[in-house]
Amino acid sequence: MKILVCITCVPDTTAKIAFTDNDTKLNKAGIQFIVGPYDDYALSRAIELKEQFNGTVTLLNVGLSDSEPIIRKGLALGADDAIRVDAEPTDSYFVAQQIAEVCKQNNYDLILMGRESIDFNGGQVHGMVAEMLGIPSISPVMKLDIDGTTAKMSREIEGGKENVEVSLPFVAGCQEPIAEWKIPNMRGIMSAKAKPLSVIKPTSEEVLTSVNKFQLPPPKGAVKMIPAEEAEKLIGLLKTEAKVL
Amino acid sequence: MSVLIFVETADGAIKKSSLEAIGYGAEVAKMTNTNATALVLGELAAEELQKIGNFGCKKVLHAADKKLNEPGIQPYATAITEAVNKENANVIILAKSSLGDAVAARLSAKLKAGLASNVIELPNLSNGFIVKRSIYTGKAFAETEVKGEKKIIAIKKNAFLPIETTDQATVENFSPSINDKDFSIKVTGVEKQTGDILLPEADIVVSGGRGLKGPENWQMLLDLAKALHAATACSKPVSDLDWRPHHEHVGQTGIKISPNLYIAIGISGAIQHLAGVNSSKVIVVINKDPEAPFFKSADYGIVGDAFDIVPRLTKAVLSSN
Repeated sequence: MKILVCITCVPDTTAKIAFTDNDTKLNKAGIQFIVGPYDDYALSRAIELKEQFNGTVTLLNVGLSDSEPIIRKGLALGADDAIRVDAEPTDSYFVAQQIAEVCKQNNYDLILMGRESIDFNGGQVHGMVAEMLGIPSISPVMKLDIDGTTAKMSREIEGGKENVEVSLPFVAGCQEPIAEWKIPNMRGIMSAKAKPLSVIKPTSEEVLTSVNKFQLPPPKGAVKMIPAEEAEKLIGLLKTEAKVL
Repeated sequence: MSVLIFVETADGAIKKSSLEAIGYGAEVAKMTNTNATALVLGELAAEELQKIGNFGCKKVLHAADKKLNEPGIQPYATAITEAVNKENANVIILAKSSLGDAVAARLSAKLKAGLASNVIELPNLSNGFIVKRSIYTGKAFAETEVKGEKKIIAIKKNAFLPIETTDQATVENFSPSINDKDFSIKVTGVEKQTGDILLPEADIVVSGGRGLKGPENWQMLLDLAKALHAATACSKPVSDLDWRPHHEHVGQTGIKISPNLYIAIGISGAIQHLAGVNSSKVIVVINKDPEAPFFKSADYGIVGDAFDIVPRLTKAVLSSN
């Protein structure tokens, strides 16, 4: 079984976001970058499936050279090799095209990624890749088992979950609790250095969206504290002052 | 040139977020001097279809096909594409949801349309087609230019307040040609709570954290939610501990919500939790720890014991109604 896992390189979930260059670029100073948390779950499940079916896991990242430490971390977790498409991932259509091109050349049985990247939160790339390849897409997947050429999955829906079956190949956007979260061990970290990481050029430069300017939300006003013994007053304030009841 | 609005339904009614999309789409049509058409897939009662007229869209395409009653990503993307071509639509509007996102992505690739999701305001058309969208899980915004001949805009809940009128819509039957290949994903079962207010759709959300000490203490929170007609949510530790189901987890890696009112009870307010709720209009924090970081992001705060305060608030709500 050949599995492709697409990963994003994003600011840590606790990062304080700020912009630079006249609010046109993320200020990367002091920010720690991580494998997207949803992608991490996809990768963890891929490694479990690889062990179960004696398969291979290839990592794919669309990003500049500064995402290589993140790719190495994915290799340390147990992926076999990696491909980096050397381009800045600014538009989901652009990223999806790069992934679809790699898929066309390699015939993967399963294409996994996170339900969304935690920078732009689009949640679009998996659906676009699947459409470009003419195969099914499904997201957000919380459980994924393979039985022959069929996958049995459960997908979160509003207010519950839906159980589905689909034939391979397909594209899935993953989220917890699809797999146990993994931490690389020393042997994994050492072997990751020697695993192949190929860098390729993007197939096209076409983008369908571009960001003109970033903005931070306005600072929050001061909190109005209500003494515990007068807690009931809150309801009146929500009605007459905040006007949300 | 026209605007097409994809309308989502749940339990035989138009979703509230889709009513916002209808209002938004009708407004974009006005701004661009074109007409807006709404698309409904699957069977729906006539009075529900009329709501589309009430919220500002004069024309409805209705595919009253049983096969489309259960939402499917591929059949819906195929049907919407056919409607886009029929109406010669160049702007497609829909509400962001787990279905909406998945359908919009396939649609974007089919139509080669620029797609902006999490959009929070009407577009600025003075120089291109520019929308403001929420990024970094609500920590920032991006003014985004949407390119391409066709554009898809997925709007965030509470991004647009639609105005209800007595205007009527004309409903036209629509029979998209859906292919069997579009039904390759087989749904084998659905486990869903019924009768509850869906969390992403709710105007008011009451949420609990580890401070509630155990799942057996959730009843008081459910009572307050019921009195307020609110949905219930929880923090990540609570869903990790299986005190509450995963679909109630709000935060960076859970559901992101933007209700009018978010009441956090016994939640300290880690940055990852804030990321999922920071688009709420008004935030109330109830915590016994006066140093809880959540108070810094709150509009109203009460320092005190939830077990004392929550039942008193429920009583106050019921007696004020």
